[in-house]
Amino acid sequence: MEQSADVKAKKAGARLCCLCHQKKAALKRPKTLEQICRECFYEVFEEEIHQVIVENQLFKPGERIALGASGGKDSTVLAYVLSELNRRHNYGLDLFLLSVDEGITGYRDDSLETVKRNEIQYGLPLKIVSYKDLYGWTMDEIVKMIGLKNNCTFCGVFRRQALDRGAALLKVDKLATGHNADDIAETVLLNILRGDIARLSRCTSIVTGIYSPNAYRGFAREFIKDLERIRPRAILDIIKSGENFRISTSTKMPEQGTCERCGYISSQKWCKACVLLEGLNRGLPKLGIGRTRGLNNDDKKDTKKNNGTKSIESKQCGTLDF
Amino acid sequence: MGCVSKLCRFSDMKLTVEFGGGLELLCNSVKIHNVNVELQNGAEKLTMKDLLSWIRNNLIKERPEMFMKGDTVRPGVLALVNDCDWELSGQLDTTLEEKDVVVFISTLHGG
Repeated sequence: MEQSADVKAKKAGARLCCLCHQKKAALKRPKTLEQICRECFYEVFEEEIHQVIVENQLFKPGERIALGASGGKDSTVLAYVLSELNRRHNYGLDLFLLSVDEGITGYRDDSLETVKRNEIQYGLPLKIVSYKDLYGWTMDEIVKMIGLKNNCTFCGVFRRQALDRGAALLKVDKLATGHNADDIAETVLLNILRGDIARLSRCTSIVTGIYSPNAYRGFAREFIKDLERIRPRAILDIIKSGENFRISTSTKMPEQGTCERCGYISSQKWCKACVLLEGLNRGLPKLGIGRTRGLNNDDKKDTKKNNGTKSIESKQCGTLDF
Repeated sequence: MGCVSKLCRFSDMKLTVEFGGGLELLCNSVKIHNVNVELQNGAEKLTMKDLLSWIRNNLIKERPEMFMKGDTVRPGVLALVNDCDWELSGQLDTTLEEKDVVVFISTLHGG
C-alpha cells in the first residue's frame, strides 16, 4: 500500500510537456532542449519538415517522387512523413518506394520484409532493383572477386547509381532519401578530415554491413555523439558550419557533365561506377579504387580540384544511404 | 522475491529490460528480458547506474564496449525508463522501481 502511494507520488512529480502542459514529457529535444511529450514531438517534427518543404519549394503538384527505402529507421520515417504530409497538405504527389537489393546473402532479407510492410502500411507502390539486374554482379560475387578490403567502394558507388537508375525506371521527377542529422554532421566532418582519414581506415569499429569491417565512419560517429553529450546542439552546429563552408567557397566548382559510357551524372569522363565495372569485367578489380588513375587520367587536374567537393554527394558505405 | 514483510525490504527487484536497434545482438539476439535484479546488501534502492553494471555482468554476452563506455551507456545509445528518455529522470541517478521497463536502443547501426 505504502509503496503504491510512493509510486504515484513519483509519477505525479514527473515533468509535464512544455508545449501542451498536459502530458508527461518523454524526451528532451537536442535542438531546443525543450522537454516535450511524444505527441507534441511528432507534431513539431512533421510541421518543421512541412515548413522546409514549402520554403525550399521541394515539390510541385502532380510530380512523381521515388522514396529511397532501405527498411531502416530513417527511410521508414521518410516514407511515413512524406505520405502523411502529402495527404495532410494536399501536395498532390505520386509517391513510390524504391529499394536496392545488393545481393548479399542474408543481409537484406529482414530489411526487404520491412520495406514490404511499409508498402502495405502506407499504400505506396514498391520497386526493387538489384545489383545483378543493373550491373551483372551481385555484391557476393564482387566480394568473391576482390575480397573484403575495398568492397565498400563498390557497394556505395553502385548503390548511388542504383537509386538513379531505379528512379529513371519509375519515370519519377525526383528522388527523396532519408538522412538524419547525425549522418550529415558525420559527412561534414569526414569531408573536413578527408586528408587524414585514410590512416584511420584500418582500424576496426562498428560493423555496419557484413562486408564493411573497416567502416571508418564509426569513428566520426562516435566523436560527434561524444560532442553531443557535452553540447546537445553540437550536431546541428556542425551541419550549419558545413553549409556555411560550402556557401563561402570561391573555388571554382567542377562542372557537372555526364558519363560518356552510361550517360549518368559525372564530373569525369566516365562515372565512378563505370570505372569500377570496367575493372571487374576486365578482371582488374583495383581499377578505380583509391586515387583516380587509369581511365580518367587525362584530366588529372580536374580530379585534384574535385576531391573536396564531390564527396558530399558520393556515399562510401552501407550505413547511411537512403 | 518481492515484498517479504511489512517493512517492505526487497531482496531483489523485477524489471523488464529491452534491447533494440542492434544491441540485442550482444545478448544472443534476445530483445526482451524479464529479470530479477538483486539489491546489494543493505542498499535500499536501485539506480540506473547499478542496473547498467548488473546488465554488463549478467545479460551482455559479447562486445560490452558496443553497449557501454565507462560506467554509462555508449554515446548514441538511447535509454528509456517507462517510455521516457532517461535524460529527464536523472540518467545514471534515476531510481528504479518494481516492474519498471527499461529500454536501450542503439542509433549507431545505420538507418
